[in-house]
Amino acid sequence: MKVVHYINQFFAGIGGEEKADIQPEMRDGVVGPGMAFNAGLKPDAEIVATIICGDSYFNENIDQAKATILEMVKQHDPDLFIAGPAFNAGRYGVAAGTIAAAVQQELGIPAITGMYVENPGADMFKKDVIMVSTRDSAAGMRDAVAKMIPLAKKMLAGEEIGSPEDEGYMARGIRKNVFLEDRGSKRAVDMLVKKLAGEDYETEFAMPEFDRVEPSPAIKDITKAKIALVTSGGIVPKGNPDRIESSSASKYGKYDLSAWDDLTADNAETAHGGYDPVYANQDADRVLPLDVLRQMEKDGKIGELHKYWYSTTGNGTAVASAKAFAKEIGEELVADGVDAVILTST
Amino acid sequence: MRLELGKILINDVQFGQTTKVENGTLYVNADEIKQLVKADERIKSVEVELARPGESIRITPVKDVIEPRVKLEGGGVFPGVISKVDTVGSGKTNVLKGAAVVTTGRIVGFQEGIIDMTGPGADYTPFSQLQSVVLVMDVQDDIAQHDHEYVLRIAGLKVAEYLGEAGREVTPDEVEVFETLPLLDSVAQYPDLPKVAYVQMLQSQGLLHDTYVYGVDAKKIIPTIIYPTEIMDGAIISGNCVSACDKNTTYHHQNNPVVHDLLAQHGKTLNFVGVIITNENVYLADKIRSSDWTAKLAEYISLDGVIISQEGFGNPDTDLIMNTKKIEQKGIKTVIITDEYAGRDGASQSLADADPLANAVVTGGNANEVIELPKLDKIIGDISVVDRIAGGFDGSLRQDGTILVELQTITGATNELGFNKLSAKTE
Repeated sequence: MKVVHYINQFFAGIGGEEKADIQPEMRDGVVGPGMAFNAGLKPDAEIVATIICGDSYFNENIDQAKATILEMVKQHDPDLFIAGPAFNAGRYGVAAGTIAAAVQQELGIPAITGMYVENPGADMFKKDVIMVSTRDSAAGMRDAVAKMIPLAKKMLAGEEIGSPEDEGYMARGIRKNVFLEDRGSKRAVDMLVKKLAGEDYETEFAMPEFDRVEPSPAIKDITKAKIALVTSGGIVPKGNPDRIESSSASKYGKYDLSAWDDLTADNAETAHGGYDPVYANQDADRVLPLDVLRQMEKDGKIGELHKYWYSTTGNGTAVASAKAFAKEIGEELVADGVDAVILTST
Repeated sequence: MRLELGKILINDVQFGQTTKVENGTLYVNADEIKQLVKADERIKSVEVELARPGESIRITPVKDVIEPRVKLEGGGVFPGVISKVDTVGSGKTNVLKGAAVVTTGRIVGFQEGIIDMTGPGADYTPFSQLQSVVLVMDVQDDIAQHDHEYVLRIAGLKVAEYLGEAGREVTPDEVEVFETLPLLDSVAQYPDLPKVAYVQMLQSQGLLHDTYVYGVDAKKIIPTIIYPTEIMDGAIISGNCVSACDKNTTYHHQNNPVVHDLLAQHGKTLNFVGVIITNENVYLADKIRSSDWTAKLAEYISLDGVIISQEGFGNPDTDLIMNTKKIEQKGIKTVIITDEYAGRDGASQSLADADPLANAVVTGGNANEVIELPKLDKIIGDISVVDRIAGGFDGSLRQDGTILVELQTITGATNELGFNKLSAKTE
C-alpha cells in the first residue's frame, strides 16, 4: 500500500527560517523522518513520495499551497497520508493540520498527523483528523513515530480506531455514546458519595464555555426601520412545505408574507415538536406576530415589514446547525437592507 | 414510612379466558380489557396485542408504559387519578414484575416513541425486556387534543389497575422492604453520614409534556418534599412522551432508579432523608420561583448533598442549571443527571445552558446519535408517524421497511433518571 508524507523545509534538510518561503515540491520515496515511518510500516506499506513545503509559504498562500499539494497527492492516489509530526512549530503545525484535513475531506484519503498539544494547529484540527500528541521538540521524534505507526497501520487496514485514551490520539471533542457497566443512577450516587467525601471524581460531561452575544445598539428611528421576523418556533405555511423537522432541524425555511396581514389556522401552523402546538396552530401570530407588525406598519410606527420571514425549529437542534442557519439568514437580511430583526423563540 | 413491595415475577404473557397469573404467566382476557377501555365513549376502537421480549415487533407511537400493581394495604393504585387520593408509600403492594401495559394509537402531533422488541433498537429501551400488553386505541374524530391525551392516559392506567388485580391473591416470589424515617429521626439514626436528598424535576411544559402528582398537574405545584416510597408506590404518573428518549413513562416513576440506588446506600455511605419534587414550567417567573424553593428546601432540611434529575432538554436545561447553581451556592454538593443533544455528528454543544458549578454530571447519552433499525415482522400502532416524530426526519421511513432515526425516537433511550447504562464520552 502507498503512503505520501508531508514535511516542512527544516525536516527536509533544506534550511531553517531563511528557507521557509520555498514552494511545494514533491520527491520520490522518503526524506528525513520518513525513514523512521517506512521502517515501521514495512512490509505492508511504504512511503512512495514526500511533499515538502516552506512553512511561511504555506501559511501566507494557504489556498494556493493547498491546491498544489492536493494535486500532488492525487497523482499517487495513496492509501494513507502522513503529515509531520510538527512538535511545537506553530506554522508547521497549522500547515500539517490544514493539509491533512484537506486530503481527508477533499480526496477521501485517511490522514494522520502529530504535534505538541499547545501547537495552535492542534486546537484547529484535532477534531478533523487523527492527531497524535507529541513532545514539544524534535527530540521526541522516536516517541512520536512509535505512537503514529500503530494508528497508521490500523487506518491502512481499514480497522476501526478506538477511543483517544486507548489509541493515544488527541480527543476530537466529539461526543460518542457508550454503554457503561453501571446504570446512570448508580453512577450518580457513586459520584455524589465521592464528591461529599472530597475525593476525586470524573464528571461525564464537562460544562462548556458559552458564547454570549452582545445586544446591538438601539435603532435610532424605528419609524424608518425595516423590520424582519425570524423564529425558532417553527411557524411555517400550512402543510409545512419544506418538511422542517419537528426536532433536530436540518434546515430552515424562508417564506413570503407580503400577501398576508394575519396568520390563521388556515394559512399557518407550527412544525415544532417541543411545545404544546395547540395555541400556535389556532393562531400562529402568537409565535410570529405578523398581525401586530402589519398594523404598526400601517400606523407608521415602524418603517416597513420585510417581505420574508425565516423559520426553523429550535427543538433539539444542534447549536452548530443553528449557527450555520443564522449566518446564512443574517447575510441575506443584511443584503436586503433589513435594519432590525424580531427573533421569537418558544 | 415503610413499604413492602411484593414481586410476582412474570416471564410470559398469553391470552386466556380469565385474567390471572399462574406459574409466572400473565393470562389476559382481551374482551374484558376492551370493555373497560370502551367504557369511555370517546374511545372509538381498541385492540389488545401482546408483545414479548425477542419477538420481531415494533411498537409505535408509544404513549406510556405502566407497570401493573395492586395495593393490598395502604391506599390504592395511582392515587388521585384512579384510586382515592389517600397517601401511598406505606403498607403492601404487589407488583407484576416483568409485565407492562403499553399504550399506542394515532396520537396528537409529532409525538411519541418507538419500542423494538428485538434487534439493535431493543438494546436502547428497557421496555424491550417486558411482557407487554399493548393497547391500540383510536378516539372519536372531533375530540380536542388535550382530551385525546387525557383519554389515552387514563385508559392505560385503568388497564394496569385491572391487570394488577390478578396479583392480589398471588404469593410474591420476593418481598423487598423500604423505609424512610421522619427527617429528625433519620438524622438521629445516622448522625455521622452526609444528609442526602433527591431533587426530581418533573416535566411540566404543556400538552404531552405533563406530569401528575396525586392527580395534581405538576405545573401547578410549588416544590415540596415527599417520601421516597411514595414515588415507588404510584404517587407520580406520566402525561408526556414527546422526544420519547428522555421523558419518564409512568413505569420509570414507579421504578425510579435514583430512589432505589440512594436507598441501597442509605445507612452505609449516606443518609437518604427524602425527595424534593419540582417542576419545569415555561414561564421565567415560574422557573425562578421553583428553583428558589428547591434550594430553600434543601437548605431548610440541612442537606449536605443532592442528586438532581432532569426530564427533557432545551428549555428545562435552564431549570436544571438554575437548580444546580442555587443549591451549590447554599454550600450543598450536587450531582446532576441529564442527557445531550450534541448533533448527529456529536460535535455540537450538548446543553442549552451551562454553569461551572455544574461540575458533577452523569449523562444518559447523545440523543441526536443516529441509529438504523431493521425491518421487523410486525408493527403494532402506526408506522407512518416515523417521518414526523421528534427525532425522525423526512426519509426516516425507507421503502424496504428499515428506518433511520435519532435515538431521540426510542422510548426511554437516554433517560435522565439514570435508568440505563448508556453514557457518552468525548473522543
